[in-house]
Amino acid sequence: MKLTINGTTTELDTEPDMPLLWALRDFLGLRGTKYGCGKGLCGACTVHLDGQPRRSCQLTVADAASGEITTIEGLSGDGSHPLQQAWRDFNVPQCGYCQSGQLMSASALLASNPAPSDAEINTAMAGNLCRCGTYPRIRAAIRSVAADAASGAGASAAEDGA
Amino acid sequence: MSTLTRVSRRRFLQLTGLTATGLVLGAVMPRNRALAGILDEAAGAQLNLFVSVTADGSVEIIAHRSEMGTGIRTSLPQVVADEMEADWHRVKVIQAHADARYGSQNTDGSRSVRDFYHIMRQMGATARALLEQAAALTWQVPVEECTARNHAVYHSGGGSLGFGELAARAAELPVPAPESLRLKDSADFRYIGQSVPIVDLRDMTTGNTTYGIDVHLPGMLYASIERTPWLQGRIASYDSSAALKVKGVLDVVELVAVAGAPGFNPIEGVAVIATNNHSALKGRVALKVNWRKSEHSDHDSGAYLDELAARVEGGTGEVRRQRGDVDAALASAASVVEATYRTPYLAHASMEPPVATARVTDERCEIWACTQTPQATQRAVAEALELDVAAVTVHVTLLGGGFGRKSKPDFSVEAARLASHVGKPVQVVWSREDDIRHDYFHACSAQHFKGALDDTGKVTAWLAREASPPIGSTFDTSVRRNGSGGLSQGFANVPFAVPNLRVESHEAPGHVRIGWLRSVYNIPYAFGVGSFVDELAHAAGVDPAEFWLQLIGEDRFLDFSADGFEYSNYGRDIAEYPFATARTKNVIRELVGSIPWGEKLPPGQGWGLSVVNSFLSDVAVASKVEVRDGRLRVLELHGVIDAGRVVNPDRVHAQMEGGMIFGLSLALNGEITFAGGEAAQSNFHDYPIARMDQVPAVIRSHIVASDAAPTGVGEPPTPPTAPAIANAVFAATGRRIRELPLGKHFSV
Repeated sequence: MKLTINGTTTELDTEPDMPLLWALRDFLGLRGTKYGCGKGLCGACTVHLDGQPRRSCQLTVADAASGEITTIEGLSGDGSHPLQQAWRDFNVPQCGYCQSGQLMSASALLASNPAPSDAEINTAMAGNLCRCGTYPRIRAAIRSVAADAASGAGASAAEDGA
Repeated sequence: MSTLTRVSRRRFLQLTGLTATGLVLGAVMPRNRALAGILDEAAGAQLNLFVSVTADGSVEIIAHRSEMGTGIRTSLPQVVADEMEADWHRVKVIQAHADARYGSQNTDGSRSVRDFYHIMRQMGATARALLEQAAALTWQVPVEECTARNHAVYHSGGGSLGFGELAARAAELPVPAPESLRLKDSADFRYIGQSVPIVDLRDMTTGNTTYGIDVHLPGMLYASIERTPWLQGRIASYDSSAALKVKGVLDVVELVAVAGAPGFNPIEGVAVIATNNHSALKGRVALKVNWRKSEHSDHDSGAYLDELAARVEGGTGEVRRQRGDVDAALASAASVVEATYRTPYLAHASMEPPVATARVTDERCEIWACTQTPQATQRAVAEALELDVAAVTVHVTLLGGGFGRKSKPDFSVEAARLASHVGKPVQVVWSREDDIRHDYFHACSAQHFKGALDDTGKVTAWLAREASPPIGSTFDTSVRRNGSGGLSQGFANVPFAVPNLRVESHEAPGHVRIGWLRSVYNIPYAFGVGSFVDELAHAAGVDPAEFWLQLIGEDRFLDFSADGFEYSNYGRDIAEYPFATARTKNVIRELVGSIPWGEKLPPGQGWGLSVVNSFLSDVAVASKVEVRDGRLRVLELHGVIDAGRVVNPDRVHAQMEGGMIFGLSLALNGEITFAGGEAAQSNFHDYPIARMDQVPAVIRSHIVASDAAPTGVGEPPTPPTAPAIANAVFAATGRRIRELPLGKHFSV
C-alpha cells in the first residue's frame, strides 16, 4: 500500500484495516500524532486527509491511501504555521500531549473558515479534549490568527484592487 | 568530566540545608547514552548535583521533578539560572533519572517549588561562587573583585571570562561552605517572578516531544493487558488460541498478581504481546479469559453511597476534632440547618494513558516511563525483578498529564515483568478503557453537616461527619476510615471561629483501588463544606462572601491541636507554614473586589463562590452561571490565589485556569459508578471531561502579590470550583444540588 504523508509517498506493508494512527506511530516513526481514546472521542490523533480534519484512530490505512495525509510534523515542517506561532505566543500547552491534535483541528478550521466566530471555534474544537484545561488559550490563539488573517486579507484585497 | 565525588555527604547535606529528605551526593551518574530523544545526560563539567557547564558555555541544569503540565521542568531550573547568573538562552534542561541523591522526585502534593525553591537557589549560588572563584584563581585576584553576571564573570578592574571558559577549573574546586553562600537580593532577580516560556514549548507545537508512549527502542514489542474487572479478581482460566492466530501477535502471558493489598502492584491479567499496537489490541479482542470472583465482585457504588449516607446521617462517628458542646448548642439554637452531600468516584483520565517501556538485560533493567515517581518506580521494578535498586535505571519522559495516576508505578512493573519474560524490550500501553476501568479511583464520599444559628444569624455550632474510603485501604486492607492526613484536606481543618465544633469520621471500607487525584480529599470536602457554608449564609440572610468572612473570624494563626486534631499541614511544620486566616479572608476580598459580586442579574443567572486553603495556599473561586430550560451553562470563572512568592506567574495563571476547568469538569460531568464490582464507564463517551464548549468565555485568575515562602499551585485551584458553581446554581434557581456531578440534574 502506498501512503502520501506530508508530501512524501511511502510504501507500507501492514494490514489494510490497521488504523492510520498506529501505522504512523508504530511503523513510520511519526509519533507527533497521539493516541488518546481509540474511538474518535478525544481528537488527540487528528490529522488532515486532503485538508479535512480526521481522527486517525478511526481511519484505516486503506482509507488513508486514497488521499494526501498531513500530520503535525508536516503542518509547516518548521513550526512556522501561524497557529504554531500563536500557540507559542499565548503559551498554550501545559502537558502538551493533546496539542498536536488541537493544532490540526484548528488549522483545518481556519483553512475552511478564516474568520470563525467564537461559537464556530467552540463547535469545531469541541471534539478535541484537553485534560489540563488549555481551552481558553487555544481559543485566544485561534482568534488572534483569525484576526491577523482578516487584516492581512484586507491588505491583499487592497493590493488586488490597485 | 569532573564530578563532586570529593564532597562528603555531610558537607553536601550542610550545603543543601537538608538532613531528612534523603538527598545525598554519591559517585558519578551512570553515563548511558540518551535513547528515544530523551535528553537525560549532562555533558559538561559538573559544578554540583544539579549544574554542569560545557566548555562551549552551555549551562546544563537538572530537572529532577516530572513535567506533567505544571511547567516545573522550567520553573525550578529558572530559579537555578537566576541565582547563578546564567543566561537562560544558554541553559539546557536535563531530565534526571531516578536517583535518591536528588531527594524526593515524587512529583505530587503541589510541592515542587515549595520544597525545592530554596535548594535550587543554593544550587545556583554554589555554581556562581565556584565560577567566581575559578575566575579569581585565573586572574590571581581576590574573589571579592570577581562578579558573575549574565553568563560571565567580570573583574572589577575590567576583563571578563565566560562560564564555559571557567567550567573545567570551577569543577575542580571544593564546594564553598553553605554559610559563605550569598543569595541574591530579590530586587536583583532576573528570572524568578518572570513568565519564562516553558522549555518544551516549541517541541510541543511541532510534535517533537517524547512522552512515555513515544519511546521507541530497537526490537521493541508492544503489550496490551486484559485485567480482572473487579478488585482482587483472579484468572480462573483463559484461552489464547485465537489471540495467537492474530497477525503480529507473538505471545500471550499471564501476569499473576502478588497476594495482599493492591498497593503499587499490577492487577492480575493476561498480556497479549505483539509487534505493534494494532495487533496487540486485536489479539486482546480474540482473547478469552474467565475470572474468579472476589469479595468485591458485588460492589455497587449507588448502594455503597446510600450506606455511607445512612451512616453519616445516622449517628456519631469517631470524633476527630472537638471544642465546646455541639449538642447543647444545637439544642438551644434559634435555628438548625442540616444537609447531606454526596460525591462520586472519579477517574484521572490524563490524555496520555499510563505507558511504560522496559528493557531487561544482564541483571539490569532500564525503564522509560511517564512517571510522577521515578524512585518509587525504581524500587518497585527492582523488587518485582529481584534486582538491586542500583540495577534499575528509570528514564523519565514527559507526562501527557498525571494528576496523581502516574504516581503509581504499577504500569512500569508490568513492562518490566513482561520484558524480563520475553527477553526483548516491551512497551505496555494502557488503552483508554484500561485507564478508566482500572484506575486508582478518586474516593467517593458522603458528608453530613449540622449548623446552629442564633437569632442574629451567627453560627454557634458546626457538626461535620464524613465517610469516604481511605487511600490507606489500597495499601492495607484493614484501613477502613480516613486518617488525619485525609481529614486535614479541608474537612477537620475548617478555619471557622465557631464556639462549638465537632468533626467525626465513619468507616468506609475500600472496594476499589483508591488513589489520589488532583487535590485529593479536598475535592469532596470542599464541595460539602463550601456548599454548607453557603446554605448557612442563605439561612442567616447574609451575603455569602460576607458570611465566609464572619465565619472565619478574626485574623489569627490556627492551632488545631487545641481541639485535639492532629493537623497534617501537608507535611510541613505549622510554625514554618502557619495557617493564617488573614490570607484566607484576603483572597475572598480580592475576589469579590474583582467581579461585580452582588450585581442584579436577569432571572436564571447567579453568582456563587467558595474558598479553600489547600496545599498551604489559599484560593477563592467565583462562578457565574445561567440555568435556562434545564440547561446549565457556566458563564464565568474567576479565581484568586495566594501561593506566596511565585516563580513563573504565567504558569501559575495556567494552573489556575486549568485547575478551575478541572474543577468545572468534575462538577458538571465527573462520575464513575460500579455495578457487579466493575466500573460502568470506559471511555470519554460515558466518562466525559470538559470540552471547549463547556468552558466559559470569561475565565480570569489573579495572583496575590507576596514574598512569603512559596506554597502549592497545581492542586489548590480545583477544590473551590465545584462548590462555587453549585452555589451559583442555587443563586440562579433556588435549587440546592447536594450531589455531584451537576450533570445528573441539568443538561450540561
